[in-house]
Amino acid sequence: MNPLHKLEAFKLDVLKEVGNIGAGNAATALSRLLDKPVDMNVPTVSLIPFEQVADRVGGFEQVVIAVFLRVEGDAPGNMFFLIEEDSARKLLRGLLSMETTSEDGYSEMEFSALAEIGNILAGSYLSSLADFTQLYLSPTVPAISVDMAGAILSYGLVQYGEMGDSALLIDTTFLEGKEELAGHFFLIPDPESFGKIFSALGVPNE
Amino acid sequence: MMHENVVKVGMADLNIASNGAILKTTGLGSCVGLTLFDERTKVAGMVHVMLPSSDIAREASINIAKYADTSIPHLINLMKQAGAEPRRFVAKMAGGAQMFAFNSNHDSMRIGPRNVESCKEMLKKYAIPLLAEDTGANYGRTIEFDSVSGMLTIRSVQQGVKEI
Repeated sequence: MNPLHKLEAFKLDVLKEVGNIGAGNAATALSRLLDKPVDMNVPTVSLIPFEQVADRVGGFEQVVIAVFLRVEGDAPGNMFFLIEEDSARKLLRGLLSMETTSEDGYSEMEFSALAEIGNILAGSYLSSLADFTQLYLSPTVPAISVDMAGAILSYGLVQYGEMGDSALLIDTTFLEGKEELAGHFFLIPDPESFGKIFSALGVPNE
Repeated sequence: MMHENVVKVGMADLNIASNGAILKTTGLGSCVGLTLFDERTKVAGMVHVMLPSSDIAREASINIAKYADTSIPHLINLMKQAGAEPRRFVAKMAGGAQMFAFNSNHDSMRIGPRNVESCKEMLKKYAIPLLAEDTGANYGRTIEFDSVSGMLTIRSVQQGVKEI
C-alpha cells in the first residue's frame, strides 16, 4: 500500500497551503510580467492514479507546452508548468508583442521566451516555498517540450512508480481576468520529500 | 471486414488481443510499448512498461505490468494461454524517449534508455527476435498494433505517423 494513502486531511491542507503560497507568488510574478491581473484557483492536492494524471490537462494525447524543472536540495521533486497552445500564444503576444509565426511549430525565440516565463514562475514558486519552509530548494535549468501530456507527465512520475501506481500532485490553475489562461502548475514532490516538508512546517510526523 | 475493436493498454498495464482487434497505448514518453505477435494464430500482446526492473520496487504488492522484467514473462504466459506458440513470437517496440535533456546525473533522468535496454535483455532471455523498433529521441508516441497484419503504427506530435 502506498504510504501516501494514509495522509490525513489535515496534512493535505498543509500541502494545499504550500501550493497556495508558491503559486500565489508565481501568479504575482506573471501578473507583473503581463501587467495584467492574474488569478488562480485554490490548489487541489490529491493522490492521483497514473492513468488519470493527464486528465487534468485534457488527456494523455492532449498537446501541451511544458516547462519542466527538477527541484534539488532538501526536498527534491519535479515541477511542471503546463500551458495549452492557445494560452502560450496569448502569453507570447501579451508579453513580447510577438506575433506567433505559424499555426504549428514555434521558433527558437518563442521557445526560449516560454522557457524563461516558466523559469521565472517556477523560481518564484520555489523561492517562496523555500522561505516558508526554511528548506533549501534549488531548481535545475528549465527544459521545454511541446508534446503529448501523457508522455511529458509520466516523466515526472518515475519516483512514484517504484512504490505504487499513483502520485501526489499539487495542482494550481491560472486564470487571466475573465479570459482563461489555462496554465497549470504541478508540483510533484518525491515521496521522500513529504516528511521533510511536514517537519519543516512543524507538522508532527507519526 | 471485421469491425476494428480497440483494446486499450493503460500506463503500467498489459493486454492481449486476437481476431483482428487493435491494441493501443497512448502517450508513451520514457515508457516503452512492447508488442509480441504470433502470426500463425494471430494472437498479439502489448505491455506499457514504466520501469526497467522490479528490483527497485518498494511497494508491498507489485504491479507486474509495470516492470520490464516481470511484465514480459507474464505477457508470454497470457498469450500462451490464448493459444499462441512462444517459439513463433516476434517483437516490436517503441518509446523509451528522453523527454527532456538534462545535465543531471540523477538516474531517473535516464529512465527511457534504461527501459529500452531492459526490454531487450528480456527478449534475448526468451529468444524472441526484435523485428523493429522506434525508440529513444525526445518525443512522445502513441502506438497501435494490428493483430491481423502485425503492423505497429506510431503517431507523434512532431514526427507524424510511422509504421514499422
